[in-house]
Amino acid sequence: MNNNKENKVKFAFLLDLESAYKTLLRNKIRSFLTILGIIIGVGSVIATVSIGQGASRAIQNSINSMGSNLLIILPGSSSLGGIHSGFGVLPTLTLSDVYAIRKLPAVKTDSGMLGMAQQVIWRGNNWSTLINGANSSFTVIRAWSVVKGTFFTPQQVASAANVAVIGNTAATELFGLINPIGRIILIHNVPFTVIGLLSVKGFNAFGQDQDDTVVIPITTMLEKIAGTTWVHAIAVSAKSNKDTVTAESEITALLRQRHHIPLHKPDDFFVRNLTELAATANSSANTFTILLASIAAVSLLVGGIGIMNIMLVSVTERTKEIGIRMAIGAKKSDILKQFLIESSVLSLFGGILGIGLGFGISSAISAFSPLKTIVTTEPIIISLVFSLCVGIFFGFYPAYKASRMNPVEALRYE
Amino acid sequence: MANDYDIRDNVPLIRLENIGMVYRIGDIAYEVLKGINLTIENGEFVSIMGASGSGKSTLMNILGCLDKPTSGSYFLEGKDVAGLTSDELAEIRNKKIGFVFQGFNLIQRLSIIENVMLPLYYSGLHSKNSEEMAMEALKLVDLSEKGNKFPNQISGGEQQRVAIARAVVNNAPIIMADEPTGNLDSVRGADVMNFFGKINAERGATIILVTHDRHIAGYGRRLVTVKDGMIISSDVINI
Repeated sequence: MNNNKENKVKFAFLLDLESAYKTLLRNKIRSFLTILGIIIGVGSVIATVSIGQGASRAIQNSINSMGSNLLIILPGSSSLGGIHSGFGVLPTLTLSDVYAIRKLPAVKTDSGMLGMAQQVIWRGNNWSTLINGANSSFTVIRAWSVVKGTFFTPQQVASAANVAVIGNTAATELFGLINPIGRIILIHNVPFTVIGLLSVKGFNAFGQDQDDTVVIPITTMLEKIAGTTWVHAIAVSAKSNKDTVTAESEITALLRQRHHIPLHKPDDFFVRNLTELAATANSSANTFTILLASIAAVSLLVGGIGIMNIMLVSVTERTKEIGIRMAIGAKKSDILKQFLIESSVLSLFGGILGIGLGFGISSAISAFSPLKTIVTTEPIIISLVFSLCVGIFFGFYPAYKASRMNPVEALRYE
Repeated sequence: MANDYDIRDNVPLIRLENIGMVYRIGDIAYEVLKGINLTIENGEFVSIMGASGSGKSTLMNILGCLDKPTSGSYFLEGKDVAGLTSDELAEIRNKKIGFVFQGFNLIQRLSIIENVMLPLYYSGLHSKNSEEMAMEALKLVDLSEKGNKFPNQISGGEQQRVAIARAVVNNAPIIMADEPTGNLDSVRGADVMNFFGKINAERGATIILVTHDRHIAGYGRRLVTVKDGMIISSDVINI
């Protein structure tokens, strides 16, 4: 019995939907123009969110390209006589610090780094590039592979061998199309044999061309090029993403101990966690996405006002029909329901078309620009629900007006 | 709900007691109905006649529970309906009263059968056999073949017969007709009027006909004449 009644309610609701659908189809152009605002609103929300997600992914990729789970340790700043200089000014880090850090539990591998710009010469060509002194673990830390030849070995680092691995940009500038492997180049007038060519890595998050470089063993760099024992930076790869924080505190404790820093004195070095940097960049990309999506959402609101406008016209036009329905027994709630369903169907339909538009825009952007947009389910569900709410909210006043009509006056309307 | 309308032999179908209706437009009050007293028994065919402006349409709106009187009592099957809410009146209109208007008042967007089914939809009886009920009502007015057509595809006389089918589909005990032949020529008008006679005779429905046309009023068996908001005569029509 109860079940039967439920079936009837369900059946009646389907009839309401069908009737609303038919009504809207009768005025195809008007219905379409009414929901245009919703279509554009939903479409632009989905498109902007997909752009934001794509940008966020691009930032993530570019930060990941600098190396995996990377921590950079820089020498500290000096504050002598009240003058504060920036990080990296005081020479406080040495190769023995590098070897000590290597033994920490959260650290997978590390490399002392010393970078300086130097003129590199091969035959008649010369090119000023960044010479990086590094350990043999460089390829692991920077997640960077060698496409031709080999990288230098720990033995070559220990013996301060004159070998170099060249980045793609530097190789093109010096050698053009000639295979660089086995060639002898001069750096700071010291001859080096090119033993490897690095893969193309592109620009980093700060806009530097990472491929414009020549990598040589850190020992060779210190002894033969720089003539010093201090390194510019230590790059550390933590065991996992989670371990970056542990590694950071382990390194801080270790270096404070090695550098004999008393408790009340500040660190003479600085640890920079690139995973955290990635999180920051990501959150700013998200903020930007939310900003864009909210602007787009305003057009949804405007679309809702369009729906209210047309529903008001529709209620007035159908005054007679409302009178007839009331005369044969429609209650206030029946009339309210009829118009609410109509406006909801209208806006939901707009929402569905808007999703199509959003997909279209975002795949067009993917196809014609370097940015790869990403459409996720959340904005689709949110904008569908939102457009339904807009339909109900802005449809309510016209429907309420219809339900409050006096049947005698409504019947008299021509 | 059914118990509220307890039909006893001694209770008339409709009893109006001292019904008054005053419209206020700004500061001016128009007294449209002045102390109407009227009793209609079950199964009667009553014609209410009057010139335009006599108050007959207002009387019809009150009888049809479309409007509430400003004073007096209206007993429908013994129950006072003058003080009911608009939703309660809607339910009475749905279950007890069928309307036939001068302008047919079909919903153009709906097919003939959908128009006839509409009262069933609002009574919550909508189910598979509502289509059968609608077909039966259409058969009564000889239109069972036109169920799938739309109002603008059939003639005025046929539209009015569809309106009659819609009025009887819920088996309402009262059929109210407001100038049902006003938009029809005399042949079609006579045709429509014969269907009212048929429904009155075969189904035992009470028919209340409102008209200004003496000839049309003659289809009824009692003639109630309204003038200046008052009933001035109520006579049995001798055929």
